Formats: sequence, structure tokens, C-alpha cells
Amino acid sequence: MILMREVHMDLISEEKLENMTSMEKIRLILDKVKNGKIVVLESGLTPDEEVRLIEMTMTEIRVDEFSGIEIESYPSKREGSFFDKIFGKTLKGRMTVIGPANQIHTIEKDKYQISTKVSVGD
Amino acid sequence: MGFISSFRENFEAWINKIFKKKRAKIGLYGPPNAGKTTLANRILKDWSGEGTFGTISPIPHETRRAMRKEGLMINANGSTIELDIVDTPGMATKIDFKEFMAFGLSEAESKKRAKEATEGVIEAIKWLDDLDGILLVMDSSEDPYTQVNVTVIGNMEARKLPLLIVANKMDLPNASPSRIKAAFPQHAMVQISALEGSNIDNLYQAIATNFG
Repeated sequence: MILMREVHMDLISEEKLENMTSMEKIRLILDKVKNGKIVVLESGLTPDEEVRLIEMTMTEIRVDEFSGIEIESYPSKREGSFFDKIFGKTLKGRMTVIGPANQIHTIEKDKYQISTKVSVGD
Repeated sequence: MGFISSFRENFEAWINKIFKKKRAKIGLYGPPNAGKTTLANRILKDWSGEGTFGTISPIPHETRRAMRKEGLMINANGSTIELDIVDTPGMATKIDFKEFMAFGLSEAESKKRAKEATEGVIEAIKWLDDLDGILLVMDSSEDPYTQVNVTVIGNMEARKLPLLIVANKMDLPNASPSRIKAAFPQHAMVQISALEGSNIDNLYQAIATNFG
């Protein structure tokens, strides 16, 4: 008999993230990850949002319940119009994968590829 | 009162600009066990001759509180820069107390350390708002493409603050600073061994160049 185990993965579009505040994004991600889901963000987070996500994660770590997150993204990309550059709005987040630290493990990462392994618990 | 204090701040900034006062508050950042405290202790010993920032340990998250030393005068490249150095706790996205038990700590000690380590990461993040630049310390024998490194570099780029990568642990046989340079080619990098003090003069020259 083949035992099938499932991994729940949410791929969140850039359009959905664009309409959310930083705090809403962080709450959405943490709620999903704490429920054992893997989250893939099409457009990622800004560097400031990433660091706030880590900060919020630290406040929610609980012994034997939640040991934190595994997050992998590519460095932000510099792009935008001339006026964006003038106003400093040139850093754009890129695809990001986030999951529970006890389930998702990064095997290899370089500039162009992130390889992760997802463990499925009993 | 508000006008007077505002005027004073602007006047001081103007004076500093005119006379190029070289003073900077620099944070040492990086993942746990990259050698931040070893480097902080080395800098303190070289330029003040006394004291330490903290203890060194092979167990991750030995530094769980940020430590600051003010007014270190560093002479390099024929100029002097006054530094406030902040040794921050290792940044991480996960902290599992079982990791500490593997180093022989009891369950109670491990849980306490894990709790303090989470607070330390938050403290390190809070310090990002109050610095003039950072030394990002990496273990040259490890994969540099960690999320902590990516996130710290992204934050410094977004804040337009200077960043100097310190490729540490060059004394290890499998050290590979070229991997770090290939991962983050847009940033200045110095390769050192904080433990042995090798190439440390190059670091001080780079500090004077990047933060002076």
C-alpha cells in the first residue's frame, strides 16, 4: 500500500500582495506557515518587510510548537522609472519561498536557483 | 525650545560637514557563529588595549545582547576615524532549543538560551535603525548565500548605508572567500582571520575608506 502524504502550498500573486500593507502581508504569511503551509510569493517582500517578518517570527517562537521559519529569496532587484529612482523606489522584491523551519530545508541556493526539500510529518 | 534644538542639530551637522568629522556608529552583523564577537574583541584589543565585548563559544547564539563600545580611535590610511562599535547577536530565522541540547546543554538551559536568542535577534534588528554602517561578518568556510546575508544586505542597500563584508575564518582549510565575492560582487570585501589576527590591517584600512 502506498501511503500518500500531502503538502499544502499557497502561491500568492503579485496583484494580491500589492493591495496589502506590510503588516497584512506578514500576518498572512505567518498564519499560513504556523499552520504548516508552504508559501510562495510571486513578487516577494521588500528588504524592510523581510526583516520585520523575521522580527515578528522571533516573537512567535514557542517551545515544541513553532521554531521559526525557513525563508529563501533572491536579492532585491533595482528597477523602475527615472522618477522612481529619484524617489528611491527602485528596489523590487523577487520570488520568495517561506515555510515552517521544521519542514522546509534549503538544499542549495545561488543567484539563479533555490532548491528546497519539504519534509512531511506523520 | 523646538526651534533652538532643531537649529543646534542643523548647526552641528553643518560644522561636522565642513570639518569632515569622522565618527561613525558601526554594527557587526551576521549569522550565529560567524565570528562577530571574536572580531569585536580583536578590534577592542587593537585600539583600546583592554576589555572584551563578550565571551566566545562554539555553541550558537552565545551573544544574546548587543554590546556597544564608544569612542574607539582607529588610525589607518593616514587618517583617524572614531568608531562606536556595536556587537550584535547572530541573526536567524529559526531557533530550536534542541539544537543547543546537541551541544550538551540541559533542556532547561537550552530553552532559556533559545528564549534569550529570540530576544537577541529582535535587538539586532532594532539596532539597524540606529547605525551609520555595518560590517557583515561571514564564515568563509560556509555557503554565503544565506537568507540572513541577503536580508541584511538588502536592508543596507535600501537605507543607502555603507556596508563592508568581512570574510572571516580564513584560517580554516576550506575557507573560500571567492564564493562570497561571487555571491555579492557589488560590495567591498576584506578577508581576515579574526581569531589569528591575520590581514587585520587591511580591514582597518577598509573601515577608514568605507566609513571615514
